Amino acid sequence: MDIGNILLLALGEFLTPTTAAYGLAALGLAVHFGYSGLLNFGQAGFMAIGAYGFAISTLQFKVPFIVGLLIAVVAASLFALLLGVPTLRLRADYLAIVTIAAAEIVRYIVTTNTLFRITGSADGLSSFQREFDTFNPFPAGTYIFGWSNRDFYVRVISWAVVILSAVIVWLLMRSPWGRVLKGIREDENAVRSLGKNVYSYKMQALVIGGILGALAGLLFTIPRGSVQPANYATDLTFFLWTVLLLGGMSTVLGPIVGAMIFWAVLSLTQNLLSGLIESGAVTFISTVQAGQLRFILVGVALMLLMVYRPQGVFGNKKELAFA
Amino acid sequence: MSHVSHTEVAPEEGVNYMTDERPIAEGEIGPGCKKRDPIVIARDVTRSFGGINAVDVEYLEIPRHKITALIGPNGAGKTTLFNLLTGFDIPQSGTWEFDGRNLAGVSSYKVARMGMVRTFQLTKVMGKLTVMENMRLGASRQQGELLRNALFKAIWGGREKEITEQADALLVKFKLDAKKDDYAASLSGGQRKLLEMARALMVQPKLVMLDEPMAGVNPALTQSLLDHIKNLKAEGMTVLFVEHDMHVVRHIADWVVVMAEGKIVSEGPPGVVMKDPAVIDAYLGAHHDVDLGAAEGIRELEAVLEADEESIVGTEDAGIIAPEVVVSGLEEEDRK
Repeated sequence: MDIGNILLLALGEFLTPTTAAYGLAALGLAVHFGYSGLLNFGQAGFMAIGAYGFAISTLQFKVPFIVGLLIAVVAASLFALLLGVPTLRLRADYLAIVTIAAAEIVRYIVTTNTLFRITGSADGLSSFQREFDTFNPFPAGTYIFGWSNRDFYVRVISWAVVILSAVIVWLLMRSPWGRVLKGIREDENAVRSLGKNVYSYKMQALVIGGILGALAGLLFTIPRGSVQPANYATDLTFFLWTVLLLGGMSTVLGPIVGAMIFWAVLSLTQNLLSGLIESGAVTFISTVQAGQLRFILVGVALMLLMVYRPQGVFGNKKELAFA
Repeated sequence: MSHVSHTEVAPEEGVNYMTDERPIAEGEIGPGCKKRDPIVIARDVTRSFGGINAVDVEYLEIPRHKITALIGPNGAGKTTLFNLLTGFDIPQSGTWEFDGRNLAGVSSYKVARMGMVRTFQLTKVMGKLTVMENMRLGASRQQGELLRNALFKAIWGGREKEITEQADALLVKFKLDAKKDDYAASLSGGQRKLLEMARALMVQPKLVMLDEPMAGVNPALTQSLLDHIKNLKAEGMTVLFVEHDMHVVRHIADWVVVMAEGKIVSEGPPGVVMKDPAVIDAYLGAHHDVDLGAAEGIRELEAVLEADEESIVGTEDAGIIAPEVVVSGLEEEDRK
């Protein structure tokens, strides 16, 4: 068992496009829940809308990359409006119910065999990233950490998107607009009594967080060049919530660092456990079982975090202390 | 109490609202009477919850530039009437207007923007925002609250400074300036009442509606809070407040409206209303013919209640409702 290699693998997880995608989707959840108090349990649905919106428009209608990107964003906004119109006037719980159901509806629709020609059903779609790859400015060769030029390219783009989004969210949340959202999170009637259109603010927050989710869906699928419905099940949403709680809900850096910790810990436990099993130190479980055990460990880690550091890694203790 | 120091005069009329002695009512005083200059007019406003008429107001006018107290026993429908007038609840029937504008079907945030701002009986402060952020949230005309401007501090930074100055001044008045960077959740119950009221004033309303502003505020603070409310009138605002403390009502109200079982049972100047048999009946049942705003009346009431086995007056449990406290305050006031 090579401890050094295991640590390197875990460190490598910090910068993968998947980590970036999780961070960005969790940032969307931070906009929803951390800043506005909107319980979105369907972030996987927003990611799926983004990914399929891009893939279908690219493959079916042969639109240029940038148009595909716009379609993904517009589709996610419409999805947010569709969910928000009936629920945002009601209590927060209703949005939670509707979003979790809507995300499943999206997944079932793209899995339907009738739509095989458009969505690829359970096989999903692939080869929609070719135009994106042609933009790669880096010449072929080996880059730091042994990355190929494409590895390097997708990481640069992914993290550029994440950093840009984080800066925008940060700027929004320190503005008076963000202040109204935080007020709504605490007590929407009080904000209403001060003359603010609460419904409109909640809708704006839902759309912005949803767009971040759709972009995360693109970061998730474009690097691997395929989109499959199985990747957008409810467990994705709950991993994103784990990431959000790990990092701290009402912070910008929290979700991003939370995603890094999440993937590093998953990789670390996976490799440590299989290393221990292969070296014969652990005999009572198989490597397959170890794969499941690591998610249990993530759950335990999350519980410990909630008990000893409920505000997450970056959260402000004072924002929780009196809750 | 003297308020000679307030010399602010509304420019358009040249009237000092603190000393304005013109009659409030037009014609005969009684439930639903016409006012010389009403700011709110409600007609046939009804709201029932499962067959119980919580509010059934035939006609009510709230006088402009005056402090009006809305009193009545628990369950009289005072807070429900507040909710109906401010758009937080929708009545089954009726029309009501503010400043000549019909408010039926107008959503609560638009009502607030028109200048009719309320506070809540159960104080609503944003605990996880600082006191200053709570105050800034109340400000109107902040362009940075629009999403399209939010990213550009150049657009909203200037207004933010004005808002902060306005908030600083109010916080000093309400003795919360030392707390401005603390989270509102760390404030005491009374301080939260103060913050909520100060925040409502950030909207620069025409009509302030305070739902039990004195509940839970300590006596030392009560006096300064009363002064603040009186000052609002000097600044040209109209105040409508719900209160149970008769001393407070007598002290600051120009006009008192009494509700019982959803109806307006009496209205008039405080001295008159508190002697109104309908009011005493509503509050205490039929057997007390006393003026609740005067020392003599309280003594009479005390005598009756002491004879009543179910009352805690005259026992150790009386605590701060002990009549000695109330009476000494009232006597002092009577002397002035």
